[in-house]
Amino acid sequence: MLTARYIANDKLMPWLLSLTETRQVLAPVQAGGQTLFAPLDENSRLDLKGLADASAKAALLPRCETLFEFHYSKGEGVPSKTELEVRETLPDQDTFLFGARPCDAKGFTVFDRVYDAGTRRDIYYCTRRDKTLVAALACTEPADTCFCNRVGGGPGDTDGADMLFTPVDGGYVIESVTEKGEAFLAEQPLMEAEERKEEARKVREAVSEAMPGGDPLGGTEGEVLRLFDDKEFWGGVAAKCLSCGACSYLCPTCYCFNMTDEVNGDDGVRVRTWDNCMSFQFTLEGSGHNPRDGKAQRMRNRIGHKFSYYPELHDGNLACVGCGRCIVHCPVSMDVRAIVAQARDRALAKEEHAND
Amino acid sequence: MTSTDATNLYLPDMATIQEVIQETSNIKTFRITLNNPDAMRNFRFEPGQVGQLSVFGVGESTFVINSSPTRMDYLQFSVMRVGELTEKLHKLRVGDQVGVRAPLGNCFPYEDMKGKDIVFVGGGIGMAPLRTLLLYMLDNRDDYGKISLLYGARSPSDMAFSYELPEWLGREDMTTELTVDNGTPDWKHHVGLIPNVLKEMAPSAENAFAVTCGPPIMIKFTIEALHSLGFKDEQIITTLEKRMKCGVGICGRCNIGTKYVCKDGPVFTNAQLKELPNEL
Repeated sequence: MLTARYIANDKLMPWLLSLTETRQVLAPVQAGGQTLFAPLDENSRLDLKGLADASAKAALLPRCETLFEFHYSKGEGVPSKTELEVRETLPDQDTFLFGARPCDAKGFTVFDRVYDAGTRRDIYYCTRRDKTLVAALACTEPADTCFCNRVGGGPGDTDGADMLFTPVDGGYVIESVTEKGEAFLAEQPLMEAEERKEEARKVREAVSEAMPGGDPLGGTEGEVLRLFDDKEFWGGVAAKCLSCGACSYLCPTCYCFNMTDEVNGDDGVRVRTWDNCMSFQFTLEGSGHNPRDGKAQRMRNRIGHKFSYYPELHDGNLACVGCGRCIVHCPVSMDVRAIVAQARDRALAKEEHAND
Repeated sequence: MTSTDATNLYLPDMATIQEVIQETSNIKTFRITLNNPDAMRNFRFEPGQVGQLSVFGVGESTFVINSSPTRMDYLQFSVMRVGELTEKLHKLRVGDQVGVRAPLGNCFPYEDMKGKDIVFVGGGIGMAPLRTLLLYMLDNRDDYGKISLLYGARSPSDMAFSYELPEWLGREDMTTELTVDNGTPDWKHHVGLIPNVLKEMAPSAENAFAVTCGPPIMIKFTIEALHSLGFKDEQIITTLEKRMKCGVGICGRCNIGTKYVCKDGPVFTNAQLKELPNEL
């Protein structure tokens, strides 16, 4: 941390609204019985009590975004000839993302490794990432479905964030994490708070200690692969899944997408939309062949991607940040923690059996 | 429009259809050139790489570039009509505009194959990826040993590239065998399944590579036949098909375990495939 500032509770909303004059401010607000990240205005009901119902990933990867526009027209002089013009549409809005929890911010690091990989830069994501300040908010009341501490995170972690807000008596201590965050804070009319950094640290430490325990869920890369052909296991795990996709749409780390064209007369757009690997259509090939034609294969890939394939490709980092939204919102109460633990137990039991 | 110097992975280059060839009742070949002359002149690809073809308003789909890098007058894609996008592609005519994002993916290990005998085994539209490598090798003939081709289709009228077959049959520096499942009275070549004809041909596995592409069931039995002829898994090369969207390993659709067919493939040896989780 480079710099610490302080803002009182009653100054927070006016300060956030002042930021809207120069940029979009996304924050968790109550609407329709839910708390979701949305553009803030004077009528917004800020909700900073717990985890928002959906993750903050739409700030960097919108549910639906236009990649480019195209326009057909009749060719000049040759009526039968059709001309086509294609126009790139890149994001250009500066954004302040406020109230992302440490798990949400860490989710962006999962995206970064895929969308900003050396020469392979997804210009839409990277532009948004550059134009967005991620202000994380340390958790003080983790839910019993939270398990960031079991997947390499913590309720006061700063991975993926530019600054961290920690609730303290009467307000928030704000500490910069990145140079981008430091530069931003330096320009803000906020109180110096070097002397309150220790208070903030103690708050985070207390919450960290109060988190529910449990074995780490990482390091299971080999287990999932050893169970790859265990039809009984994956069939059992997937049996009650409805393939509704709630888990992947709410997940801060799920980044799969679809690309489709939409047309209206001579005009059209190519759009990118979130996709769901639990859907049958996700891998359905033109020939009719589907390499993952059953729920069991799709569940195996989903769990495998988060806990085996992704960590293998990215230095052991999991594609799960332990926010627990997939547990809270699953209509049939599936629990990813239990699935991974069962996979590990079963793989170990098989290994022991093989060694006997 | 916001301008940027960075490459946009998803923005296709505009291209014009220069020629359309009706290969069979449901396969057409499109020869295209990039509209930007500099882009066309500087375009580089290697045999086996694929491209995403766009029909704006319908979408994109992946096809192998089946022309050879040694013949850069145009880029050639052969398309079987199987769905909405390919249906629309089949309706396009000379002069129409398409988008192309290419080259994508890996290529045949044509450098490692130098000095070896090469056995091509293609079935149906699976001949397309083999064609690019075959043309490349014929244009660099001295670098390779014996070249033999076994190409099969359901019937004589289902054989793509029929206009090239007389040349391939007539060349003294390659052996060409054709087979169909169902012959016609004037069919003068083999009638029978590809793996059976392959066993009759009995190419030597010594100092050789086999390259095969076709329907999954054909590949399965072709690999069995190659094994029976003494070919090891590392001598057998194939290309995989998967549903792809981004083509650059991001959208998460074409993975088999940790491998993404769009960037780690589509070309794999059978030895590499055996290392992958069984999810083809």
